[in-house]
Amino acid sequence: MTAILEAVGVCKSYGHVEVLREVDFSVNAGEVTALIGDNGAGKSTLVKILSGAINLDRGTILLDGRPITMSSPTAARDLGIETVYQDLALAPELGPAENTFAGREILKKGVLGMLGVLDKKAMRQQAGDAFTSMGTDVKDLDAPVGALSGGQKQSVAICRSVMWADKVIFMDEPTAALGVRQTGKVLELVRRVADKGVAVVLISHNMPEVLEVADSIQVLRLGKRVAQYRGSEATVEMLVGAMTGALDVQNAGGAR
Amino acid sequence: MSQVDDSSTAVAVAPAAEVPRVAGSGMSTGLDPSAAAALPPRRPMWRRAVATSPFYMGCVLLAMVIAFSILKPDSFSTVANVRNITLDVAMLQIMAVGMTFVIVAGGFDISISSILVFSGVVAAKFMENRADNWGTVIVGTIICLACGTAWGIFNGVCIAKLKVPPLITTLGTLGAALGAAQLITDGSDVRTVPRTMFVITRYRPFGLSWLVWIAVAVTIVFGLNLAYTRYGRHTYLIGSNIESARRAGIKTDRHVISLYALNGFLAGLAGMVSLTRFSTTTISGHSQDALQVITGVVLGGTSVFGGIGTMLGTAIGVLIPAVLTNGFVVLNFQPYGQQIVIGGVLVAAVYIDQLRRRRRDRA
Repeated sequence: MTAILEAVGVCKSYGHVEVLREVDFSVNAGEVTALIGDNGAGKSTLVKILSGAINLDRGTILLDGRPITMSSPTAARDLGIETVYQDLALAPELGPAENTFAGREILKKGVLGMLGVLDKKAMRQQAGDAFTSMGTDVKDLDAPVGALSGGQKQSVAICRSVMWADKVIFMDEPTAALGVRQTGKVLELVRRVADKGVAVVLISHNMPEVLEVADSIQVLRLGKRVAQYRGSEATVEMLVGAMTGALDVQNAGGAR
Repeated sequence: MSQVDDSSTAVAVAPAAEVPRVAGSGMSTGLDPSAAAALPPRRPMWRRAVATSPFYMGCVLLAMVIAFSILKPDSFSTVANVRNITLDVAMLQIMAVGMTFVIVAGGFDISISSILVFSGVVAAKFMENRADNWGTVIVGTIICLACGTAWGIFNGVCIAKLKVPPLITTLGTLGAALGAAQLITDGSDVRTVPRTMFVITRYRPFGLSWLVWIAVAVTIVFGLNLAYTRYGRHTYLIGSNIESARRAGIKTDRHVISLYALNGFLAGLAGMVSLTRFSTTTISGHSQDALQVITGVVLGGTSVFGGIGTMLGTAIGVLIPAVLTNGFVVLNFQPYGQQIVIGGVLVAAVYIDQLRRRRRDRA
């Protein structure tokens, strides 16, 4: 298996505080990679670096094996890396299609397009296709996103990133605010996104959920990757042990 | 931990669709995507239109017009009276077009009345002692529009870059622009406006003044812009969730500045219309304009919380107070009663907007 996105020896400090200390991290195409760790382990800092939101101090990021630099989230998006933020970043007054194409509107062809006229029909069609092909329950393209359920909102946000990311999607706690049934639906969607061949990085606190959906699990502790497991071989005890440092992490990491 | 070293030497990644899924997920992939139900057909256009606030307010306007026409057919529904109402509304409507953009984007602008006066004063001062011909009028118009745009850009920069709240910024501009206008004229109106300008008021294509047709053209052009272009879409996105717009790569600062610039530009145009209509700068005659414009925009269904609004709604909303005032006058009612009614309707309209949001957000 080839890593599509890889971080090697990434360091990041805020003042005297070393948040990341030579972190290695890799994700494979077509897999759900869970990134877990206790509060303050450096998860969000690492994700921000990998999605272009902040710069790293030292280390290398490789995309398809080539070193890259990302100066902004926009630059990351141009490389095919999308992020689904925890607060979703949706416009509640606008519909699912409008949200999906926010900032990437399709214009009509010819003179009208030069005047900036939108091709609403095409955007609606493509967004609708994406929602149905991903098996979401987003049915009403006329309702504003604010009127949708939490799970549907999450589906819109995920489908939006799927439409634009062909490499990696970071998802920050996508089920944190959802009930049991909707959590199940969103996890199914996460799985399908990975099955399309995109690498999904799932940041989560929920261990059973991680075990259920992740192909690969990487554990951060105190700014270092202390363990990585295949989803099939890990147990909650192993993950918690690695997160807290109770387990002999050297063995766990070498078990691969 | 050898995995990292191995994979860094790899150069190619298999095409996305062919990457096999590694076993290990205990999760079923759920629905077969192809079996997912197709989206239901879109509701017909009229069903969607009926559910909007411009539709309701349009009904209110129509009811008012019918009521006044029945009560006073010989003085309300006459050509002269329709000319009256439309001419009264033309100047406000031009400004309401810009205000709709600003409010849809979640902003606010109470400075337009002073911008109107300032632009008119500068243009009148320029034209005062020059040859009375079209050249002077055209240059004067350009100056008028440029003054309005400049104030608008000032507002926009303060709001977008310096992060001063819109209400405070435009409150400052409201005072400053009026003060500047009075400074230029020593507080008295400029009354020597070129006669050439009045040609435009003498002709009435299709029975209505040119000034009315200017307002109609502005409304249509910018209404189409708001509803059908990327610029309009970005305006809605910014008003609905500026952070999401920023993350979507929209240059929000630049867009917000351009919205206030547009609003200033249209206030400048309204200044020229006012100058043409009254042939004087009417420095003290516009203090209520901004409030009337905002009232009209909000009555037309534009949400003061941003993200919702249409130009058709604004046109209806601006007409409602004008028709009501006119109707009260025609019926010999105290015209002050109209202000009470409009005040009540305005607060009720925003209250309903609030309720709708709360109900939606609970869903």
